[in-house]
Amino acid sequence: MIAFWVVALLAIAGALVVVLHRNPVYSALGLVLTLFQVAVIFALLEAPLLALLQVIVYAGAIVVLFLFVIMLLALEPEKRLAAPFPVAVAGLVLAGLLGFALAAASTVPLAGAGQGALPAGFGSPESLAASLFGAHLLPFELTSVLLLVAVVGAVVLARRRS
Amino acid sequence: MNVPVEFPLGLAAALFAIGAFGVVFRRSVIVVLMCVELMLNAVNVTFVALARELGAMAGQTAVFFVITVAAAEVAVGLAILLVAFSRRRTLDGDQFASLRG
Amino acid sequence: MEVFFSLAKVVVAFVIILQLTLILLWVERKGSALIQDRVGANRANLFGGLLPFNLGIVNTWMADPLKLFHKEDIVPADADRFLHWLAPFVGIVPLFLTFAVIPFGDVLKVGGFTIDLVAAPIPASVLFVLAMASLAVYGVVIGGWASNSRWAFLGGVRGTAQMISYELALGLAIVSVVLTYGSLDLQAIARAQGALMWGVVPAWGVFYQPVALVLLFIAGMAESKRAPFDLPEAESELVAGFFTEYSGSKQSVFMMADFVEVAIVAALVTTLFFGGWQVPWLGREGFHFPGGLDIALPSLVVTLLQIGSFLLKLFIFCWVQILVRWSLPRMRYDHLMAFGWKRLLPIGLVNLVVTAVFVLAFEGWTVR
Repeated sequence: MIAFWVVALLAIAGALVVVLHRNPVYSALGLVLTLFQVAVIFALLEAPLLALLQVIVYAGAIVVLFLFVIMLLALEPEKRLAAPFPVAVAGLVLAGLLGFALAAASTVPLAGAGQGALPAGFGSPESLAASLFGAHLLPFELTSVLLLVAVVGAVVLARRRS
Repeated sequence: MNVPVEFPLGLAAALFAIGAFGVVFRRSVIVVLMCVELMLNAVNVTFVALARELGAMAGQTAVFFVITVAAAEVAVGLAILLVAFSRRRTLDGDQFASLRG
Repeated sequence: MEVFFSLAKVVVAFVIILQLTLILLWVERKGSALIQDRVGANRANLFGGLLPFNLGIVNTWMADPLKLFHKEDIVPADADRFLHWLAPFVGIVPLFLTFAVIPFGDVLKVGGFTIDLVAAPIPASVLFVLAMASLAVYGVVIGGWASNSRWAFLGGVRGTAQMISYELALGLAIVSVVLTYGSLDLQAIARAQGALMWGVVPAWGVFYQPVALVLLFIAGMAESKRAPFDLPEAESELVAGFFTEYSGSKQSVFMMADFVEVAIVAALVTTLFFGGWQVPWLGREGFHFPGGLDIALPSLVVTLLQIGSFLLKLFIFCWVQILVRWSLPRMRYDHLMAFGWKRLLPIGLVNLVVTAVFVLAFEGWTVR
């Protein structure tokens, strides 16, 4: 439980750095911190494989890409951080309502929850693969199409610039 | 380690709210993209927490898809951002109001 | 007792890697001197130079680290002090953690306990290696950015692009091996390589996946940012690249990370392609030679032989990397990118598809 609290607080601290820091490099590093804590939470919640994937894909590729773009554009710390005041307040109210609603929803008891012991090998590579290539084969194939579209799109966008 | 399901769900709510606030609050498009990643991660936490609670691997499979889609989204998003930056020399979202084509 | 053994294993792995970096520093200095027909490190010696020979090992084992840790730690005036301090540690910690999942022996039997000789026995350790390899890039990025120097910055940008590009080829090579042995656990892969092909040849990865071996070696060298892939630190162009603005102990941490990366590439090549700790024809009870000759050995001797075999192979592949580094000139940056994306990546994909077809079509082609 202590481990969870430490991880959760670090995750929230990282998220606040992302939102509030003027320097985009710090924002990206705050994002890494949060993503890493989310990976630890996956590991605590019987999803070791997803924890590793989270580190490989998010921390290892996505945020590095962010940092690369920030460095490529040589972005300076922003002078005007926030949207106009009314918009910022609206955002705060919206976020507060959202957070409250979600937190309230999470206390509603679940139907069919807590049946006790998890099946053996829950969260293992084998069980994830069985789910991925069994019941969810079509979405899996569609994801590969999506990735192909993304690659082509990125190449087209990059090429038009030169 | 047996964390009650309410705790990760509460954390996810907090992360999602912070991310949503950032999307509205920040001007810089690149930080807004990061905030979207935060929100996606909050959703992933709920998926994993509920997958364990209900003993269903489908939740973890969904996270796999979300991670893949997030990677694609960031690749295209950053490419668009690079093009937009080379046109306007700024990343302020308000300056992209006439973005088209 | 279990906790004690776990702790002991972590200490052993840590000591191996720390000592290896110092030995590699010596081998690199003396080896490069040999290649370039120089004498190399020969200044410091024990007993005031009374010994008739001086191999220079005192230089690198004691004098160099002592000197580096005594130097003034300079932080540039406009640097980001916090990130400048953070970068070396971010760079080296994932590398040390990688070594925790590399198996350095089969099992050690002590007084009724059977200890798995890998510091951190986690499932899916192959993915753990990939995760840590992908985190290593942060030391380069943060160090290059926080120094607030043009040279360091350029080194950081180059390093980022290079490392994410070559990670793909690295991953594809590793996935091919994973398909061949059907396991995501490095220890299980090492154990599987103890089997024999046609009753004679050890079932090492090099015989199943020669293409992946070449890919992994090249991509691994590119990940470790050493010549011919040393563009992030290119001393003739960028002073010292991403660690230009570092001095003293922080710079020595970056240099150490360099050698740890060499050791990790060597350890991966050893574990995935050359049987890891396997000694050919040596089982848990002793040698079983193909001719029918059996030599029984005590369990402890077998374990020591395996650890020795692992260290020997590790050392050979470190030496090969040092040879390559001092033999080849640096690549041009566009050649580097084209090579990674247009050569290594397609070869890796084809190799993966062929491997998958083989695994499906010829059952029993691989040891499982």
